[in-house]
Parts: sequence; C-alpha cells; structure tokens
Amino acid sequence: MLEIKNLHVSVDGKEILKGLNLSVGAGEMHAIMGPNGSGKSTLSYVIAGREGYDITGGRIVFQGEDLTGMEPEVRAAKGLFLAFQYPVEIPGVPNTTFLKEALNAIRRYRGEDELDAMQFVKMMREKTKELGISDDMLKRAVNAGFSGGEKKRNEILQMAVLKPTLAVLDETDSGLDIDALKIVAEGVNKLRSPDRSMLLITHYQRLLDYIVPDKVHVLAHGKIQRSGGKELAMELEEKGYAEFGEAAA
Amino acid sequence: MSSASPTNLSFVDGFDAAGAALPGAELKWLKTLRQSGFERFNDQGLPSSKLESWKYTRLRSLEDTKFLPVTDEDAVASVDLVPSVLPASDSRTRLVFVNGRMRPELWVDGDLPDGVSVECLRDMLTRGADWTEDYLGKIAHADIGNQALLELNTAMMDSGFVLKVEPGVKVEQLIEVVFIGGLTKHPVAYFPRNLMVLGKGAEATVVKHHVGMGVGAYFANSVSEIDVGEGAILRNYMVQAEAKDATHLSTVHVRVARDATYESFNLALGGRLSRNEVNIRLEGTGAHASLNGAFLMRGSEHCDNTTQIDHLSPHTTSREVFKGVLDDQSRAVFQGRLVVHKGAQKTDGHQLCKTLLLSTGAEIDVKPELEIYADDVKCSHGATTGQIDETALFYLRSRGIPEALARNLLVQSFLGEALDEIKSEEVRQAFTDKVLHWLPAACFLSEEWRGE
Repeated sequence: MLEIKNLHVSVDGKEILKGLNLSVGAGEMHAIMGPNGSGKSTLSYVIAGREGYDITGGRIVFQGEDLTGMEPEVRAAKGLFLAFQYPVEIPGVPNTTFLKEALNAIRRYRGEDELDAMQFVKMMREKTKELGISDDMLKRAVNAGFSGGEKKRNEILQMAVLKPTLAVLDETDSGLDIDALKIVAEGVNKLRSPDRSMLLITHYQRLLDYIVPDKVHVLAHGKIQRSGGKELAMELEEKGYAEFGEAAA
Repeated sequence: MSSASPTNLSFVDGFDAAGAALPGAELKWLKTLRQSGFERFNDQGLPSSKLESWKYTRLRSLEDTKFLPVTDEDAVASVDLVPSVLPASDSRTRLVFVNGRMRPELWVDGDLPDGVSVECLRDMLTRGADWTEDYLGKIAHADIGNQALLELNTAMMDSGFVLKVEPGVKVEQLIEVVFIGGLTKHPVAYFPRNLMVLGKGAEATVVKHHVGMGVGAYFANSVSEIDVGEGAILRNYMVQAEAKDATHLSTVHVRVARDATYESFNLALGGRLSRNEVNIRLEGTGAHASLNGAFLMRGSEHCDNTTQIDHLSPHTTSREVFKGVLDDQSRAVFQGRLVVHKGAQKTDGHQLCKTLLLSTGAEIDVKPELEIYADDVKCSHGATTGQIDETALFYLRSRGIPEALARNLLVQSFLGEALDEIKSEEVRQAFTDKVLHWLPAACFLSEEWRGE
C-alpha cells in the first residue's frame, strides 16, 4: 500500500527527514510516535503533497506509484487522505458545499458520475448517522467557530465521505479532552477496513488505548529508530523518548 | 495647474452650446444653479493628485480623451437584452438609461403603491417640477474639500432618476435602475443626477446597475443626493461593472434624519477608472449608516472608494465594511474618514477594510482617518492586506478540490463577511452571483452553493 524508501525531506533548506523507511500493508494500522520536532508533521505533509516540503532523496510509493511531484488534489483522487492536526477554518463556505465539491472532484478525476444533490444528501445522512454527528455541523461553515472536538470529528466525517485507501491522521488526539478523544477514536475504529490503511501520528500513548495499532514506530531525528508491536507504545509511556534523544545526540 | 484646465475637456468647452439642450433650460433657479456649478468647476478644474483626497487617483487620462456630449443617435443604440443584476420580473419597477438617456420602451412599470414615484430627472425638469429646487444642490455640499466633480455634474446634469417616497409609505418591491454605457462611435460623457427623497417613516430599496456594453471609452460623472427622513429606511445597492475603457466617477451625498437608517453596498467589478465617493451626514439623534462594499479588480483597472461619515448628533451609529480582491496589475484605494462632531456623544462608529492581493503586481492604498471632538464615543478602524492563505489552500486541495476552484472558494470565503452585510436576501444572492461570475470561469461552483 505505502512504501517509503530512504526518504530525505528538507524544509527551507533544512533537512528534517534523514533517510526514513516505512512499509504499510493493506488494511494495516500503523502508529508513528515521536517527540516534538522529530519530523512527524513533516512526514504527514510530504505524503499529502504540501508545497515547501522538498524531497531531496528517496521516494514515497503509494499503490505502486511514485508520489513525488504529484499535486495534492491528485493524491486525494488516488485515495490519500490527511486528517489535519489543526483543521483550517473557512468562513462562508458551508461544510456540505465543501464536501460535495471535494467528493465530486474526486469522482470526476476517477471517471465516475458526480452525485446530484439528492444522492449527496442521502449519502451524507447515512454517514452522519453512522458516526453520530449532528446535521447541524453540515450546515455550518467549514470548521468556523468549531470546538477542538468538533474540528476533529469533522475530519473523521470527511474521511468517511471521501473513503480513502490510506488515511494519515496527524496528531488527531491533540487538544482533545478524554471524552472528545473517545468519540474521535470510535469514529476512526468504525472506518477501519481490510482495504483501508491508516497511519496514526501521535506524541502520546493515550490515543493507542482507544485505537489499537498493528505496528508502532518510533520517529526521532528524522528516522525510524525502532519498530515493534503495540507493546512498544507501553514502553514509551514508561520510559519516554529520552533514550532516542540521547542515542542520536 | 494648467494641466487641470477644464478647457481640456471638450464637452465643457461646448457648455454654452450644450446649455440650450440641457433639460429645464427655462427654469430660472436651475439656470442659476448650473451657472454656479460651472463657475466653481472652472475655478478648480479637475481634481489634481496634489489634493490630499485625490493623492492616489489620477484623472490625467480623462484629459487625453476628447469626449463629446451624447447625441440622439448615441442614446438609441440597440439593446436587445437589458443586463440586469436581478432575475427578470414584471412586478418590479425598472428604469433603463442608455448613455444617460432614459429609454421608455425598456421601462417596466412594477405597479408601485400610492405615494411612491420614480421618474427620469430630465422629464421632471422639462415639466418644471419645482419641488426638486428644495433638494438639488442643497443636500450635496462642498464643506468637505474639493467637490469639483459635483460642480461639474451640477453644471451639466442631463439625466438620472428621481425617487420620492411619501411619509409612511413602505415599498416592498426592489426598484431597479440600469445605466448602460458604451455602444457609441465616439467617446461620450454624460452626467446622471439622482435624487432620492424619503419622507418620515418611509422605506425603499434601490438596486442600481452601472454596466458597460461593447467597447470604447466613455465618462460617466454621476451624483446622487439622498434625503432619508425621520425614522425612514433606505437601502441603496449598486453594482458597478463599467466597460474596460470606461471611467466612472460617482459622488453621493446623504443626509440621515433622526432614527433613520441608510444602508448601502457598492460592488465594484470593472472599468479602467472608477471612484465612488460617499459623504454621509448623520444629522438626527439615533441615525444609522451602514456603508459597505466589495471591489474586485484585474488587469490594469483602478478603483477608489472614498468615504466620509459625519456624526453630528448623539447616539448616532455607523458601520463600514469594505473588502477588496485585486489581481494582475490592478490598483485600489480606500479612504475612510469618520468625524465625530462636538456634542455627538455616544457615537458608535466602526470601520474595516480588508484586501486580498492575488498577484504581486496589485496594489492597495488604504487611508483610514478618525477625527473625534466628543469624549464619550466608541470608534474603531482596521485595515489588513494579505494573500491567499497557503494552509487553507492546501487543506482544500488535500480533499481533492483542484487548485483553481480552491482559490475561488477562498476568495468567496473572504468576501462573505462583506456580502453578509446586505440585508436584502434577494440582493445578497444576486450580488453573490455577480462575484461568482467575476471569478475565473473554468471552475464555477454549482448552483446549489446558494441554497445550502
């Protein structure tokens, strides 16, 4: 599904990722954990294709295709999704309009028929019901005035509508209290499926109490330092990242 | 100041000749009024950029063009389809002017209630409607610096409309006035003078559309004088979409009486050079003005919004929101002056101007000014200039929305705050459509945008 080989990425001329390797199989849930400044967000942005994140070496291969130089909207059409750490507020643009434009743009790209208003509304009703999200959120402008929890739930809703084959969840737990965290985690779990891989990027272990990964990787100093099963997360919870900080210093 | 000599304007040169053809030539008071306008314009000439209020907008290009007065032939140019901002309707009164002349065959009589009249100024002056003497040239004033363009219009006024609403009459339907420019062989100049008078407790909504057809240069110098009586409400909306080579200089003077409301929105979408200067006097206690607009420019267009709001009485309020989107090499000017006069305690005045620059060649000059001579007031102003938010753009694109459409959505999002100020739902939708049409056409949003 996703193969990252010896990836080097620079931002403003400064190298952040320094030879990162990662392999995520179909339907797998991987967690990437790491201290602040380790390159976690850089990894999520470079997968999604944000400008300013320059690949200086190595490559990212998604479903057999090299993503280098591919526009973000094309990546989305090919089944990639990034749930933002800080979802952006877009006042004046209704959530439904935004979702419909996004979904239909993706369908157009894939040569599928666009959904008309009726079909779209019907589909949205199913999704909001499935995720326990109120219709009110659809009428409001994209993330405008949303609470932290609402913003994250909106990201999950978008994922449900766009149905990606690979979802990267960047610090989805940040800024959430425990109740909001549970709701968001529940949404993520509902969207797990054998043909959808997920990459969960987080600083804290607590998210993994609710979303159980198949594999855990520790990212520090621009590289995966260690990989293991979910027990690795428990170990980090006890010992912290000090070991990796010192090892690379 | 020789470069600003009015003799450079050929139509003013021919003033005497044109004088006989101007409407109402036999009215003595009008003759005196025109004469004084002519003399004062002659003394001042076209405003030069040495004047503080004209620092950023130069009129030199006007002097290089030989404008002629509108002939009968110009005025009968064929118009197959009236370019309306609003959806077509038989139940809405509509006046259509072509190069400043009213076209009776395009008039739609929307069955206005008793106590409301909308007429062509030319017809009224020809008929000698004496009541206009109390208003023409009386609401507009030159206490606020250079008003040469007002004087020029006073000398030459040859068209425009007169709206009169009797006390207590509330007009539900929108009154639409379309001014079409262009379609002439030579560059022409015309001088619409609009007068709107609302009696005590009256209410009306006017939608003006200044629109260019065909190519070629023309010069529209328009003036509106507006009197909003005690407790009355006037909503005055304008779309300015002049032709590429057109110049439109507009001056608006408004006086707002006790507990009355004046609300306006100016959507500027085109023209080589446009300036909309608005002067509002909040004369009575509790008077309110809501003065808003959006300007969307591209190419080498230049748009100037210059406003002054005078708070003359206690408990007067004003709110001003302008938003601009500038592409290519376009330029815009926003000058907003808010004056709280002595004794106008409890004044509440807020002003905001935000501009989005879509290209590095675009430029905005913003000059907010607060002048306060009372001690118990709440006033603020703010101005920002920025570019499309790259994070927001990436967010939209990461959801599959193509870049061009994502940019459109962000421009629309940006303008929303200003468009939301339009109280009339119908007008707000119509103006939003205008904005959508202005955006690059390759990535139009579907119609449902509005309904949702």
